[in-house]
Amino acid sequence: MSKYYLNYLDELESEAIYILREVWAQFENPVILFSGGKDSILVTHLAKKAFFPSKIPFALMHVDTGHNFPETIKFRDDLIKELGVKLIVGSVQESINSGRVAEEKGKNATRNALQITTLLDAIEENKIDCAIGGGRRDEEKARAKERFFSHRDDFGQWDPKNQRPELWNLLNGKHFEGEHFRAFPISNWTEMDVWNYIKRENIKIPSLYFAHERKVVFRSNSWIPVSEYLRLEEGENIEKKKIRFRTLGDITITGGIESDADTLEKIVQEVSAMRKTERGDRSDDKRSETAMEDRKKQGYF
Amino acid sequence: MEINNNQLLRFTTAGSVDDGKSTLIGRLLYDSKSIFEDQLESVSATSAKKGHDGVDLALFTDGLKDEREQGITIDVAYRYFTTPKRKFIIADTPGHIQYTRNMVTGASTANAAVILIDARHGVIEQTKRHSFIASLLNIPHLIVCVNKMDLVDFSEEVYNNIIIQFEEFSSKLLMKDVRFIPISALKGDNVVNKSENMAWYQNGTLLSTLENLHISSDINKIDARFPVQTVLRPQSDRYRDYRGYAGRIASGIYRTGDEVAVLPSGFTSKIRSINAGEKEVEEAYAPMSVAITLEDDIDVSRGDMIVKKNNQPEQEQEFDVMLCWLNNDAMNPRAKYTIVHTSNEERAIIKEVIYKMNINTFERDSEDSNLEMNDIARVKIRTTRRLMLDSYRDNRITGSIIIIDENSNETVAAGMIV
Repeated sequence: MSKYYLNYLDELESEAIYILREVWAQFENPVILFSGGKDSILVTHLAKKAFFPSKIPFALMHVDTGHNFPETIKFRDDLIKELGVKLIVGSVQESINSGRVAEEKGKNATRNALQITTLLDAIEENKIDCAIGGGRRDEEKARAKERFFSHRDDFGQWDPKNQRPELWNLLNGKHFEGEHFRAFPISNWTEMDVWNYIKRENIKIPSLYFAHERKVVFRSNSWIPVSEYLRLEEGENIEKKKIRFRTLGDITITGGIESDADTLEKIVQEVSAMRKTERGDRSDDKRSETAMEDRKKQGYF
Repeated sequence: MEINNNQLLRFTTAGSVDDGKSTLIGRLLYDSKSIFEDQLESVSATSAKKGHDGVDLALFTDGLKDEREQGITIDVAYRYFTTPKRKFIIADTPGHIQYTRNMVTGASTANAAVILIDARHGVIEQTKRHSFIASLLNIPHLIVCVNKMDLVDFSEEVYNNIIIQFEEFSSKLLMKDVRFIPISALKGDNVVNKSENMAWYQNGTLLSTLENLHISSDINKIDARFPVQTVLRPQSDRYRDYRGYAGRIASGIYRTGDEVAVLPSGFTSKIRSINAGEKEVEEAYAPMSVAITLEDDIDVSRGDMIVKKNNQPEQEQEFDVMLCWLNNDAMNPRAKYTIVHTSNEERAIIKEVIYKMNINTFERDSEDSNLEMNDIARVKIRTTRRLMLDSYRDNRITGSIIIIDENSNETVAAGMIV
C-alpha cells in the first residue's frame, strides 16, 4: 500500500506551486524578480512545474546594479532562451545617468540601496501589479514577518505593522490602481531546504556556487572577488583562493567562503555543517541591526 | 542532513506576556543547534548591552524595531528548525488579548498548538482564551507546557494541580489530543533535554513530543475536494488539445479513471490524467498541487470544484459561520463584503449576528451584535450565489472563509463554517 502523506520537500514544493498559481489567477501582469541567485532560480523552476505543459506565463525581471558577475549574466540569458520567456531589465546605471539616484560616496559605498528606486521605477513603467520574489523568512528578522502576498502602497512601501492577516491558504491580492504586491512562494523554505531541493531536482545553478579558484581580497571577514569595480584599500592584498559563494548579489559586496565543495552533494554537506547564516557574508546587512527592515519598508526586495 | 521521508510539522505558540514564550522558542532553537554563530554573537552582544547574565534566549526571536523597543511581539513571526526526524515551522504569535487576530492567523495552518502556563500562576484567563482559540481553529494536537517549574521547586503537586485546573475548564471544548509537559525554558528542563530535576515525570520532552505526534491523519483523506485555481491550455503543437485543471487538492485522494462531478454545474466525467509538475501520476492526494484532465469536454473554470460523484459538499447560499473580526473598522451590518472560499469568491452580507462569544468565560451573548476587532461571533451569511461547503470540523480548507471589505480591499474577518 502506498503512503498518503508528503515529505517536507514535497509539501514545500506543493505550497509554492499553489502560491504561483494564485498569483497568475489574481493579477494582471506579474513578473518574477530574477537576480541570478539560487532562490530566484528555484522560484523559476517551481513556476515551470506550476504551469506545465504551458510555458511560464510571467516575464523575468532583473534589477541590474551594473556590478555583475559575468557568469550571472550569461546564466540569465541562457535560461531566458531555454524557457522562451521575456526578460525585463531595470538598470541602476540608467537610474544614475538620468539623475533619479546618486551614487553613494565614501569607503563602503555600494549600489545596494539604489536598487530600490530602479525596482520601483521598473514596476511602474511596466505596469507590474505583482513582483514574485525569492525572499525567505529564515533569512532575516524583518523577512520573518512577511506574508505570502505582501501589499505595497502606491509609493511601493511596506507597512509591517499593518499587514493583511493571512489565514489557511486564502490569499487576498486585491489592490487599487497604482499599488502592487510582492509574492513570496518560498517563504517557508530554509537555506538547507533550498539546497536539498536543488540537489534532488538537479537544478542548474551558476558555477559561482561551486568551489573554484579566484582572485580575492579579505574584507569584513569574507573574501571579496576582485573585479573592475573593486578599489584596494591600505593593507589589502590580492590573493588566489579556492572559494565559492553562498549567495549571489552585487559583485562588490558579495563575499565568498573558502571551500572545496565542487559538487551539489558536497555543497549540501558543507551547508549542513555551516555555523554562520548565509547573509553573514553580505555587507549590505551588516550596516545596522535594522538594515533589512529599513530597506524593506522603502520597497526593497 | 539527509532527510527523505520526513514530514513538515507546523505549530503555534501561545502564552501571556511573561510566560516565557520567547525564551522557550529560543531554547528550542538553541538546544536543537539551529542557531548560527553570527546570530549567537549578535544576541550575546545585545544581552551584554542590556546587562543580562549570559545569553538572553528570548532575543533570538526578536523582531521589528517597534517590537524590540516595546519588548513584545506584535505580529506573527515564523521560525524554522529541523531535526533528523522532522522539519518544524513555528508561528510565533503574540499572547495579548489585543492580538487575538494574530493567534487565529498562526493557528489556522497549525498541526499543533503549544500553550504555556506559568507554574506560579496556574490556569489564568489567557490560558482559557488560547485553548478556546486552539479548539475553535480545530488544531489537531494541543501541548500544554507548564513553564517555570524551577520557580516552584520542580514540584509534582503544583504540576498536577494545574492539570486538574486545565481539565476542568477544557472539558467544555472540543479537543482530540491534549498532552502536558512540565518544563523550565530558562534552565532547559524537558525542552530538548530530559530534566534531571523532575524524575517523577516519565513522558517525553517537548521536542520529542513534537517529533513523534501522529500528523499524517491531520488532513482529511476521505472527502475528495479539488478547487480549481486556473485552467492550463498550452496551445502548443504537442499539447494542442490539452486542458488541465490546476489546483491544490484540499482533501482526499484522486485516481485516474475516478468518476467525478464538477460543481456547481453538476456535469460528470472521468479523470483522464493527473500531472504533478512534468510527471504523470496514477493517483494524487492532499495537499499535492496537480493538474487534472477529464475525459469529457465540459466547461470548468476557476472557482469550480471537482469532487467524487458519490461524495459531494453541501451547496448553500445561506449558512452559519464562527467569525473572528480582524479589522480596526467594526463590522457594518449594511455593507456588502466579498467572501473568499477556496478559489471562489462571491459578494455577501452578514445577515445576522446570532451570538457573540465571550472568549474568557465561554458564555454566549445574544444581545450584543457589534463586531469589533478580535471579537468572535456566530453569524449568518448570505451570498449572491451558492458555495460548495463543508463544515470546518470536517475540512479545514473547504470549511474556511475570509471576508474582504470592498472599500479598503482589506481582509476584515475570518470564518469557520459551522
